[in-house]
Amino acid sequence: MIELKNIHKSYGGNHVLRGVNLDIKKGESLVVIGGSGSGKSVLLKHIIGLTKPDEGEVIVDSDVLSQLDEDGLNEVRKKFGMLFQSSALFDSMSVWENVGFGLKRHTDFKNKEIKDIAVEKLRMVGLVGVEDEMPSELSGGMRKRVGLARAIAMEPQILLYDEPTTGLDPIMADAINELIIEMRERLNITSIAITHDMKSAFKIADTIAMLYNGLIIERGSSEEIKNTSDPVVRQFIEGSAEGPITLEGIKR
Amino acid sequence: MFIKLIEFIGTAIKGPLEETGRIILLQGSVFKWIARRPFELRNIAKQMLEIGVNSLPVVLITAVFTGMVLALQSYTGFKRFGAEGLVGSVVALSMTRELGPVLAALIVTGRAGASMAAEIATMRVTEQIDALETLATNPVKYLVVPRFLSGIIMLPALAVISDIVGIIGGYFVTVVLLGTSSTSYMKATWDFLEVEDIYNGLIKAAFFGAAFTLISCYKGFYAKGGAEGVGRATTGAVVISSMTILISDYFLSAWLF
Repeated sequence: MIELKNIHKSYGGNHVLRGVNLDIKKGESLVVIGGSGSGKSVLLKHIIGLTKPDEGEVIVDSDVLSQLDEDGLNEVRKKFGMLFQSSALFDSMSVWENVGFGLKRHTDFKNKEIKDIAVEKLRMVGLVGVEDEMPSELSGGMRKRVGLARAIAMEPQILLYDEPTTGLDPIMADAINELIIEMRERLNITSIAITHDMKSAFKIADTIAMLYNGLIIERGSSEEIKNTSDPVVRQFIEGSAEGPITLEGIKR
Repeated sequence: MFIKLIEFIGTAIKGPLEETGRIILLQGSVFKWIARRPFELRNIAKQMLEIGVNSLPVVLITAVFTGMVLALQSYTGFKRFGAEGLVGSVVALSMTRELGPVLAALIVTGRAGASMAAEIATMRVTEQIDALETLATNPVKYLVVPRFLSGIIMLPALAVISDIVGIIGGYFVTVVLLGTSSTSYMKATWDFLEVEDIYNGLIKAAFFGAAFTLISCYKGFYAKGGAEGVGRATTGAVVISSMTILISDYFLSAWLF
């Protein structure tokens, strides 16, 4: 369904992605793990065409993103929903206007119908009675849920999650994990998440891929990753400061 | 030595040249999206309210006092050689050709330009612009085009109001406070004022409206680095817009008048 071929991306002199190859099948739940600054977010932004690769290709259902014009790219983007790390809610709009934004732009629904759909999507993510509030009035966990409701409002085939549990307390983080699983089961969605929260990764993933030094160094099922013999992956999933992964800017 | 100097000049102008290039590219993108559906009418109306209507009180106060001080100063000066009768002409010509459009533009830049840059920059650093794109919405079309159009429409409107209010301020000082005859003030105003003066002033205002909205949106659009980045974008928007208005004012005046 989605294929990344030899993706290279540099910012200034920093070669963030150094030839990433990855393919994601329909219905799969892939989690990409990796340290802070490893290029996970950049990778995710390539998948939805927010960032263009310096070299390599992103292919979504046989559409090569780099060959599409703006309209073509927007058509492909309608297959996606994305939950941002900071939720990225539009703070000049109420909750329901946020959730209904895509519908307002791309369908002929009247405001009343859009609001009804928004309320329904909000209910799906466990929020009731907040549709007329402004995003600034909500807690971090609620904002994430509104972000998720916005992401599923257009009934996408693929959901992208950028660090879905970062910044949430453990209970809220687990509730978001449950929600991600539920979305996938109820809506039959392909999902790609990036995270460094291993608990979350093992909970939501069918397959896990580790991004390190700009490359996917290992990919396998949750079980395979748990029992990996690769010292880098081992160190990361165990969360140990000792090992082959060096901490950038830190001398020991 | 010579090479060092060239290097120094090159480094100094590289940044501004790059920025100018990116502003021109943004302009191109605005023109590309301006005629495409949907026309963002609600968004345009909202921006017209923000740029035009909400700036009105401060533009009015500036214009009336500018007209008043202009009348006061020129009256004092002209009296020395017995030309008090020309105060009306000076106020009318200065306001319509120059001060109406320029002051309105500078004030709107300080108000609406700053808030525009800050809003778009905040949207950039909090990933709201990325979110727009993931929702298949072009951010230039959604954010920049309505502001650009509102700037072009509303600044001439504010300039006209500014012209009229400035002339009224001049009238108040010259006639009511300094006791010159009303008829001679009005005659001096109308005798030397030509439609072209007003018309060219409005062309300048429309240009300033385009310039400050484009620069402010550009600064917001390319902001990075959290709260500090938002601050930098806002300052940059006001400084560069104001400079552009003042510098282009000279060249436009030389060309138009």
